[in-house]
Amino acid sequence: MYKIVRKKELNAAVTYMEIEAPFVARKAKAGQFIIFRVDEKSERVPLTIAGYDREKGTVAIIFQKVGLSTEMLGSLNEGDYIQDFVGPLGKPTDVEGKKRVCVVGGGVGCAIAYPSAKAFKEAGVETDVIVGFRNKDIVILEDEFKQACDHLYLMTDDGSYGEHGFVTVKLQQLLESGIQYDEVLAIGPIPMMKFVSKTTEPFGVKTVVSLNPIMVDGTGMCGGCRVTVGGEVKFACVDGPDFDGHKVDYDELMSRNSVYREREAEERKTHICRIQKMGEELIK
Amino acid sequence: MANMQATKTPMPEQDPNVRNKNFKEVTLGYTAEMAINEAKRCLQCKKPHCVEGCPVNIHIPEFIHEVAEGNFEKAYEIITDTNALPALSGRVCPQETQCESKCVRGNKGEPVAIGRLERFVADWYRENINAMPKKAESNGIKVAVVGSGPSGLTCASLLAKKGYAVSLFEALHTAGGVLVYGIPEFRLPKAIVANEVEKLKAQGVEVMTDMVIGKVLSIDELFEMGFKAVFIGSGAGLPMFMHIPGESLKGVCSANEYLTRINLMKAYLEESDTPILHSKAAAIVGGGNVAMDAARCAKRMGTDKVYIVYRRGEAEMPARLEEQHHAKEEGIEFLTLTNPTEILGGEDGRVCGMKCIKMELGEPDASGRRRPIPIEGSEFVLDVDMVIMSLGTSPNPLIRSTTPGLETNKKGGIIVDENEMSTRENVFAGGDAVTGAATVILAMGAGKKAAEAIDRKLQGK
Repeated sequence: MYKIVRKKELNAAVTYMEIEAPFVARKAKAGQFIIFRVDEKSERVPLTIAGYDREKGTVAIIFQKVGLSTEMLGSLNEGDYIQDFVGPLGKPTDVEGKKRVCVVGGGVGCAIAYPSAKAFKEAGVETDVIVGFRNKDIVILEDEFKQACDHLYLMTDDGSYGEHGFVTVKLQQLLESGIQYDEVLAIGPIPMMKFVSKTTEPFGVKTVVSLNPIMVDGTGMCGGCRVTVGGEVKFACVDGPDFDGHKVDYDELMSRNSVYREREAEERKTHICRIQKMGEELIK
Repeated sequence: MANMQATKTPMPEQDPNVRNKNFKEVTLGYTAEMAINEAKRCLQCKKPHCVEGCPVNIHIPEFIHEVAEGNFEKAYEIITDTNALPALSGRVCPQETQCESKCVRGNKGEPVAIGRLERFVADWYRENINAMPKKAESNGIKVAVVGSGPSGLTCASLLAKKGYAVSLFEALHTAGGVLVYGIPEFRLPKAIVANEVEKLKAQGVEVMTDMVIGKVLSIDELFEMGFKAVFIGSGAGLPMFMHIPGESLKGVCSANEYLTRINLMKAYLEESDTPILHSKAAAIVGGGNVAMDAARCAKRMGTDKVYIVYRRGEAEMPARLEEQHHAKEEGIEFLTLTNPTEILGGEDGRVCGMKCIKMELGEPDASGRRRPIPIEGSEFVLDVDMVIMSLGTSPNPLIRSTTPGLETNKKGGIIVDENEMSTRENVFAGGDAVTGAATVILAMGAGKKAAEAIDRKLQGK
């Protein structure tokens, strides 16, 4: 069992948690992920590591309540325990040998972009960050990003905060201004990563994307997370989750991620009682 | 006087048309009366060939003698002297190619049902006595066992018996390896596996789940933590795909994924949160035991038409005959000498058919089996909406890629000497991690051999 030692609501839908998991904290690196399971009946769900404290033995996660398991996790509080917390899994973000990079984060994907930006900055890489949100109300981690980069560009789709427009608009401007990036790292919704890759392609800038396919075990034994990269089948849990953004088959990934959608919608309706029950038991 | 009945005492089982709708165990096991009757068929050979056929060399005539006398507890002690997991091996061993293939009664009629008797004894003990094993006197020496499948469980149990302080590391959230995620409940009830893990804990073995060795700790770090030897029993869990068009469509998965969702995550139960693909007609590609398991699971999940699609003939199928019979009885259709060439998808990205080609058998290949050759112009489309790839598995690269000096062969199997020791001092390995996908009992045999070798090495014998 793994204890929740800190919880903070970042906005109405996004929650930050620190989990006591000393073994994971010892080895965790930016870009890697964990798999959690709330209780005995729960599914295994992957989440990228948002931070870690090796001395305290804690690992931070940031998640959006989008379905049954994340709702259940979000309903828990400091001092509660979850059943399983496995990691660190996947390969870490490669920060070596770069002079200047641009990290692009979209929505809750910023939670994953943040530790990578920080890792680049700490490795002495000049780091630009572009983060995008739908509107002002869902902006997260602004102060943290300011600390973790050299230039921060905050965009909102509706212009209610920061600059108006998508992240790709800003990225295009920066590339056109003649900045030479060794790498652009994009993390967010699949369409956003696809369009970031399209934006960088004409400039010939190496682009890395952090993929988020459906996973079960996260250790390479099932292939549920397989993605096509450059015509080859890769398992995101062990070969990734970072891949060459110019070679990923995004449409296939998007299609595969929808395979259980109907079932998930149904689950959310019929299983919502489990969350209530859990809550009642905790009150007791 | 021995019972000279020519055939095995039959074992009761669920009716095929009932069992193909539930996940309860298919075979129901012997009653005490049936077991005694069957035990009396054993001729108590002076030179028992059956023992040579058993990878862990159980004292077979001795335990069967006790069964015949009704001394079931004594029989259990004799079996567990050499085999730590009789309730498992009695169920999943291919006895027809092992102990029972050497039984003299098999020369004229059927061999003695050694597997069924072993299972009876283990079940009887669990239901009537179920004493937890005692903790041996500690010798204070720490040994790490990586992987809690059949080889790891066996190795950990035998080392604990000798007094070692054993820590068992498992990557998943439940111990048991293929016994919990692969082999379905209807062949091996999970409560039996859990009972074996409880026995290990009673022996003082520390069972640590959620520990992905190679990621959270390296083999070198285990030595730094004070472990004097490491046994790697991490299995062969990496699934293969065919690399044909359409394999990334929604509705195509590996047998490992399908079985893990069903067995480990219990997706067949209403209360489980893990979703599972539902299908009207499913093709399972492959002819091994895993293919049979996946097909029989799909049937139980309410799939109307379930096909086994296999490129060779029925005689070449690697699955146990018993499994093939069970599958057929449950209404699974066998399309042999058939190979998929493409999986077809609709506009929604879901599987809507599978293009196949008929095959004929040519000359034997390197594996000694006749090579399947496509028959030109024989393509046809099989009407399915789910495809499960069951083409075999290979060892997971996680440990070998993070352990300097650990040599592996071309297929990724860890190279070991005659004592199961790898190319790294005091790192031992066994089971599928060494051989590639094989059987539960061979893995148990390797775990046993490694435990003995570790003991000799650490005691300087």
